[in-house]
Amino acid sequence: MPDKKIRVLIAKPGLDGHDRGAKIIARALRDAGMEVIYTGLRQTPEMIASAALQEDVDVIGLSILSGAHNTLCDRLMDLLREKGMDDVTVLIGGIIPDGDIPRLKKAGIAEVFLPGTTMQAIVDFIRQRVAATPHGA
Amino acid sequence: MSDETSEDQKAGSVSTVEYNRNLSPGERKWEENTLNPALEKSPERSAIFTTVSKYPIQRLYTQADLSGWDAEQDLGYPGAPPYVRGIHASMYRGRPWTMRQFAGFGSAQDTNERFRYLLSQGQAGLSVAFDLPTLMGYDSDHPLAEGEVGKCGVAISSLADMEVLFDRISLASVTTSMTINSPAAAIWAMYLAVAEKQRAGWKQISGTIQNDILKEYIAQKEYIYPPEPSMRLVADTIEFSTKHTPKFNPISISGYHIREAGSTAIQELAFTLRDGVEYVEWCLRRGLNVDDFAPRLSFFFNAHSDFFEELAKYRAARRVWYKVMRDRFGAKHERSWALRFHAQTAGCSLTAQQPHNNVVRTALQALAAVLGGAQSLHTNSLDEAWALPAEAAATLALRTQQIIAHETGVTNTADPLGGSYFIESLTNEIERGAWDYFEKIDAVGGMIQAIERGYPQREIAKAAYRYQLAVDRKEKIIVGVNEYVTDEKPIEILRIDESVAQRQAARLRQLRAERSNEDVERCLKVLRKAASGTGNLMPCLLEAVKAYATLGEICDALREVFGVYNEIAVA
Repeated sequence: MPDKKIRVLIAKPGLDGHDRGAKIIARALRDAGMEVIYTGLRQTPEMIASAALQEDVDVIGLSILSGAHNTLCDRLMDLLREKGMDDVTVLIGGIIPDGDIPRLKKAGIAEVFLPGTTMQAIVDFIRQRVAATPHGA
Repeated sequence: MSDETSEDQKAGSVSTVEYNRNLSPGERKWEENTLNPALEKSPERSAIFTTVSKYPIQRLYTQADLSGWDAEQDLGYPGAPPYVRGIHASMYRGRPWTMRQFAGFGSAQDTNERFRYLLSQGQAGLSVAFDLPTLMGYDSDHPLAEGEVGKCGVAISSLADMEVLFDRISLASVTTSMTINSPAAAIWAMYLAVAEKQRAGWKQISGTIQNDILKEYIAQKEYIYPPEPSMRLVADTIEFSTKHTPKFNPISISGYHIREAGSTAIQELAFTLRDGVEYVEWCLRRGLNVDDFAPRLSFFFNAHSDFFEELAKYRAARRVWYKVMRDRFGAKHERSWALRFHAQTAGCSLTAQQPHNNVVRTALQALAAVLGGAQSLHTNSLDEAWALPAEAAATLALRTQQIIAHETGVTNTADPLGGSYFIESLTNEIERGAWDYFEKIDAVGGMIQAIERGYPQREIAKAAYRYQLAVDRKEKIIVGVNEYVTDEKPIEILRIDESVAQRQAARLRQLRAERSNEDVERCLKVLRKAASGTGNLMPCLLEAVKAYATLGEICDALREVFGVYNEIAVA
């Protein structure tokens, strides 16, 4: 069977309007051969979970710079569990205090990418991760 | 990609930079006898050297770069056209720039404490950062506010919160800048109401509301309503201010956010000033006289890392705006011609890694803004990439400005770098770049048209991506991030917890119980009716805030009439 393109949803949850990083990552992933859907701004966790289900994505990339990451991630992870989407890889990028990372990972976030991360590092992570834990398999 | 090549050409490839240099015999001799032998022995480290915006820079600037440039005409003197050397005759010898640190977090009480602390440490004026729910016109207890209350700035849901924010701060003697856009008119109404309560006369109070909706669509993305009603609100505030608050700046036409979104310096300059043109046109269509409102238009630029590019950008800004006001709008008053600006050092240049390096970055950026003649300045804190400023970090940021002002001697003379071959040449080139963009935007029918086509947004996204590629490839070094990396321990940062949201919810319950809900309903009805018409909304907004209608209630009333704006998500 031919290699299926990795499908990624890049989402901006909450009220945060800073989309520079989200747009850059979306483009980088596309350039790396992935299928990328960008949700646009001000998505609720409900909207994101719904889009992820509809688009049957392997990965959800959340971009949060507003400090609301704990609340938003908890809600999203709950929704994904409810919808039986446990095998979707959820990543976060943005402004996340070091101290919050363990809690986020415990909630099911696969990785947190802080400022200074290269685009390639994210591409590589996604490729390795999806190969190791294929969605829908 | 042909896209990239043509952009490089536009930005100025090496060949176009060399174009038009009429070398003097002396310079020719230098090239032959000194430069070329030196290059043969030891070639330069790179084929091309560029600014952070990827603008190519020559190895040397001489009089060959200023042929056709006339000092009397193109440089002039400070406080006089073309204002390149600054907008005041004595510049900082007369008065230093205003040290105006952006601050805000948690509740109005938390921020009030920080304000009073900063004022006690020598800060000259206040600058308010609001939280995301407030910026987006939601009360702290709105479902969409969950997790966001007080996190990015102070939570202000009503006049009651505004009163606490300015407790023990006299609006008659302290000037305040408020970074608020879509709900600016309503927040400003609250400020004016507080001033009234304090018996600080509207004719005396001074400050700024950012109120620049165009750059929201372009970059900061804190829009609520569609462009037309949003521009109407801006025109309402400018009109009201012109009549009632002559010392207030009803708008801060901004490039900072455009730059933070990843634009080049030329794009920052061009899009900001072209936004300015759009606002002037709207006010003129309103029937206002240009010289009545233009003196109070103010601007806000980024102070980014490439020292000389920034310096040249500010100088070019003043010359471009002077020409725009004089030629395009026929403004007659000197104060209509002089571009006044606030600057903020570049948040996007600061790193999460080795945060103490940020103190150095900020100091150098601040210096560029000062040498560029800023009227007012905010310096970022070292923890910018981690959280809102902790008190110690905020203090150090303020000290940075104070050290520049008192210890470096740069305030002794106006426009210290004026006349430098490099600076004058770069100023000319940045000005040219700005006019190019003006032409393009004019050609599509103006800034609103350009925004609706996604033009500035795309330019910015392209520049942002190019920059990221350069960093990832180590073509651009960021100390501590892609070079000179170390293992580090995390720093102490400011944390805001959910108790702010809980307290705000309680305050709102109390407010709704204690106010006259009848009065509020009546005011909102009047507001909705006025919003459907063409009258100035400020009087209704003042009535509504004084009746303690909440920000969310006011913004929702306007949402009903104006509709909301949905950006087409493009990445």
